[in-house]
Amino acid sequence: MAVELAIQMLDITKIFPGIIANDKVRLEVAQGEIHALLGENGAGKSTLMSILFGLYEPDAGQIKIRGQDVRIRSPNDATALKIGMVHQHFKLIHNFTVTENIVLGMEPRNKWGNLDLAIADKRVKELSSVYNLAVDPKARIENITVGMQQRVEILKILYRDADILIFDEPTAVLTPQEIDELLAIFRRLKAEGKTIVLITHKLKEIKAAADRCTVLRRGKYIGTLQVDRADEQELAEQMVGRSVSFRIEKKPAEPGEVILQVENLTVIGSKGVPTVRDLSLEVRSGEVVGVAGVDGNGQSELVAAISGLLPIKSGRVLLKGKDISRESIRNRNEEGIGLVPEDRHKHGLVLDFRVDENLILKNYRKPPFSNPLGFLQFPAIVNHAEHLISQFDIRAGGGAGTLAKSMSGGNQQKVIIAREIDFSPELLIVSQPTRGLDVGAIEYIHRRIVEERDKGKAVLLVSFELDEILNLCDRIAAVSKGSVIGVIPAEHADERRIGAMMGGIASEGAAYG
Amino acid sequence: MAENNRSLKERILETFTGSDGLVSVAVVLLGFLAGTILILAVGRNPMDMYFSLIQVVSGWYIRWEPAQEVWITRFNGRYIGEWIVMSLPLILCGFSMAFAARTGLFNIGAEGQYVVGLTTAQFFAFYGPPVSVLHWVVAILAAVVAGAIWGGLVGFLKARFSVSEVVATIMMNYIAYYGSRYCTMRIPGTNTYQTPPFPLTSRLSSPLLESLTNGSRLNYGFYLTIGAIFFFWIVMGKTGLGYSLRATGFNKEAARYGGISVNASITTAMAISGAFAGLAGAVVSLGLFPAGRVLAVQDGYGFDGIAVALVGNSTAWGTALAGLLFGMLKSAQPLMQSRQIPKEITSIIMGLVVVFISLRAGVRIIIDWQMKEKARKGKVVE
Repeated sequence: MAVELAIQMLDITKIFPGIIANDKVRLEVAQGEIHALLGENGAGKSTLMSILFGLYEPDAGQIKIRGQDVRIRSPNDATALKIGMVHQHFKLIHNFTVTENIVLGMEPRNKWGNLDLAIADKRVKELSSVYNLAVDPKARIENITVGMQQRVEILKILYRDADILIFDEPTAVLTPQEIDELLAIFRRLKAEGKTIVLITHKLKEIKAAADRCTVLRRGKYIGTLQVDRADEQELAEQMVGRSVSFRIEKKPAEPGEVILQVENLTVIGSKGVPTVRDLSLEVRSGEVVGVAGVDGNGQSELVAAISGLLPIKSGRVLLKGKDISRESIRNRNEEGIGLVPEDRHKHGLVLDFRVDENLILKNYRKPPFSNPLGFLQFPAIVNHAEHLISQFDIRAGGGAGTLAKSMSGGNQQKVIIAREIDFSPELLIVSQPTRGLDVGAIEYIHRRIVEERDKGKAVLLVSFELDEILNLCDRIAAVSKGSVIGVIPAEHADERRIGAMMGGIASEGAAYG
Repeated sequence: MAENNRSLKERILETFTGSDGLVSVAVVLLGFLAGTILILAVGRNPMDMYFSLIQVVSGWYIRWEPAQEVWITRFNGRYIGEWIVMSLPLILCGFSMAFAARTGLFNIGAEGQYVVGLTTAQFFAFYGPPVSVLHWVVAILAAVVAGAIWGGLVGFLKARFSVSEVVATIMMNYIAYYGSRYCTMRIPGTNTYQTPPFPLTSRLSSPLLESLTNGSRLNYGFYLTIGAIFFFWIVMGKTGLGYSLRATGFNKEAARYGGISVNASITTAMAISGAFAGLAGAVVSLGLFPAGRVLAVQDGYGFDGIAVALVGNSTAWGTALAGLLFGMLKSAQPLMQSRQIPKEITSIIMGLVVVFISLRAGVRIIIDWQMKEKARKGKVVE
C-alpha cells in the first residue's frame, strides 16, 4: 500500500466473562484519514478503542502503530505513542479553568519550579487558533457549553502532541448545530495531518465526515468500506446484517381530550438548582408528544416529577384534570401513568428478580396476583408472565423463571414495555426507549408505541435521538435549560428547526406557540 | 484423559460458583478439611473430632478400645437435645441478620436485639401473670415486641434520617447491654450476677421433649423456632410483603419506581429482624436458665448469627441448617476436650468457613480467567 498506515490492529481478541467483545477484529487506518468505526451498541467498537488507548489489554492479536509493533499497557503508553482519546463522558474538573484542565498532569514550571500558567495559556491559545477552536483559556469549565467542553478535551490531547485522535461517540451530547461545527473541526484536524478514528452508530455523520469506515457486528470484523462509494442504506445493512427500514408507518393522529397537563412546573435537580424551570406542556389522548433536547436539559427531572420520583418545587401536574402533584408514586401508577424509565437497570427492573416477578412490580398487591390475605398467587403470576412473553415476543431462555439479569438489553426493555403497556395506562411516558438496543428491537418498540397511540392513549416520548423524535411524534416540544422553547407539529418539524430550538432559539417555534 | 479431568474440574468449579447453596456446602467441607489438618498438626487423631460430632448429632458414643480390640458404643439421646438447644438461638439470630440482608440492610444489631428480648423476658418472668402456659407466652410475646422495637427503631432512623444501620445497630448493642444490666439489677433480690429463681410457670421446659431426649434442656423454644423458620420462609417468599422487601433489597430505586415505599420496607424489615433476635433472647433466658442473669459478658449469639446467615445465604432453610451446623460445632466442644482435642479447633473451623464464603468472589475470578485461557487456545464457546 502506498499510504503509510497509522494504526494496524490485527486479529484482536478480547474476552469478557460471558461474551467475546472482539473476535479476531482488524482495523487499518491510514495516516491522515478520518476513519469511522461503525457498529451497533455492543458490537465491540468501544472495546477495540479501549485496547488501542491502553485501557484493556487484548487477549490475543497484534498492534502496530506507524509500522512499529507495540504493546500498549496503559493510557500513558498510548500518550507516548501520540494517541489521544476523547471519551464519551468528558473527564474535566468543573471548577478549574480550561488551561488548568488541559495542563493537568504535565504542568509547565518556571525556573523556580512553580506552576507557570502564562506559558500554558499562550500555548492553549495558539493551538486553539491553529485548529479554529475558539476556546477561551481562562474560562471555567462549569461556565462553558458542552460543545466547548468537548473542544477542551480535544485541546487536551493536542497539547500532548497526539496525532492519532480517537473520538468515542462524540456527537451524542451535541445539538445538530454543534455537530456541524465538530465535523468542521475534524476536517481542520485532518488538514493539519492528524489521523482520526471516530466511533459512532450514526450513519449521517459517517457520510458527512469519514473517508473510510470499518464495520463491526457482534464482536466480529465485517469489512472496511470506502464511504463515498456506499449510501446510508448500504452502511446500515452492513451494520445490522439485514435490510432495515427507517420510516415508521403510521396514520395521522386523532388527538382527543387532554390527558396530561403540566403547568408551570419547577423541579430541583440533584445539584440543588432548578433543572426544570416553569415548564408547561400538554398531551392529549391519541397523540405522541416528543420532548426533544440535548441530554441534561431537564428531561429526566421532568419525567421523574410527573411520575412522582422527584418532588415538585412549584407548579402542577394534572392527569385528566385531576391534580396529582402531591400523590404518591403508587397512587399515580393507579391513576393511570405508565413509565418506561430512562435507565432500565436502575429503575425499570429488579435484575435479580425473575421475569414473572418483574412483570408484577406495579400490581403485585392486587388480585389475581395476591389474595386478600397478602399471599402471592404463583400460578396466576406465571400465567400472566407466559401470556406477556408470547404477546410481546420476549426471548427468555428459561421462560417466566428466567432471571432478568441474564437477558439481553432488548429483551429486558421488552419486559418493561410489556409491563407498562399491559396495565393499560391513560398516559404512557417513554423515556429513551431504544437506548443501547439493536435495530430489530428498536423497530419493534417503535411499532408498539404507535399502537398505543392508535388505541387512544396519550404518549409522552423523551429521547435524545432526534431521528426517533421526528419519526414517532405528532407534536414536538423542544426543551432547553429546563423550559419548553416551543412546540411544533411534526409535519412542520425538521432537524434544523428543532436543532435551533434545542439550542435555545425560541423564534423557530414561535409561529406555532 | 487429562482433557477429561480438566473439564470435570471446571464443571465442578462452575457448579459450585453457580449455586449459592452448593458453595456453602463446599465451603463447610473445606473448613472441616482445614480442621482435620490442624488436628493432625497438633499430633492428635482427627477421628476423635468426628466421633465427637457424631455423638452430638446421633447420640451414639463410639470409641475404639485397643486393649480388648473392640468398639465401645453407647447411646444417650441427651446429646441430640443439647445440640438442638444450642442451635436455636443461633438460628434465630441468624434470621435476624438474614431477614434484614434480604432487604438490603446490614443488621449487626442482633446481639442488642437479643439482649433486649432476654431482659424483657426476664422481667415478665417476674411481673407477668403466674398462670401456666399464659405466663411464658406473655413473656415471649413481650420479648418479641421489645426486639422488634429495638430493631425497628434503627430501621426508622435509617428510613427517616438516613442514619447508617451499621453504626446505629452497633451503638444500640451497647445501650442494650448496659441498659440490661442496669434494669435487671433493679429486680428485688438481685445480686451482682443473678436474679432470684424464675417462677416455674414462666419457664419453657417441656416434659415431653425432655423425656424424649433423656433429660436434656430441650424446651418449647424448639417449637417456637420451627414456627420462626416457617414464618421467615412464607413471609419472605410467598407474600406481597416479602416481595416488596426483596425488591427493596435487590434494587431500591426500582422498588420505589414500582410504587413500593422503601422507607416502610426498611422499618418493617428491621422490626421483623429484631423480633427474631428478641425471640432468641427469650428462648435462651427462659429455656436454659433457672434464674435471670445480670449479663457480665455478651452471649455472642447475635454475632455468631452473622456468620450463620452468611453460610445459610440468608434463606430460611439455609440459615436453619447453618445454625444446626454451628450448634453442632459448639456443643461438640466439651466432648472434644474430653478426647484431648483442643476445643478451639471448632472455633477455627467456624472462622474458616466464614473466610471461605467470603472467598467466593475469588473463585469466580479464577473461573473467568480459565474461560479466557480456553478462548485464547481457540476453543471458543458462546
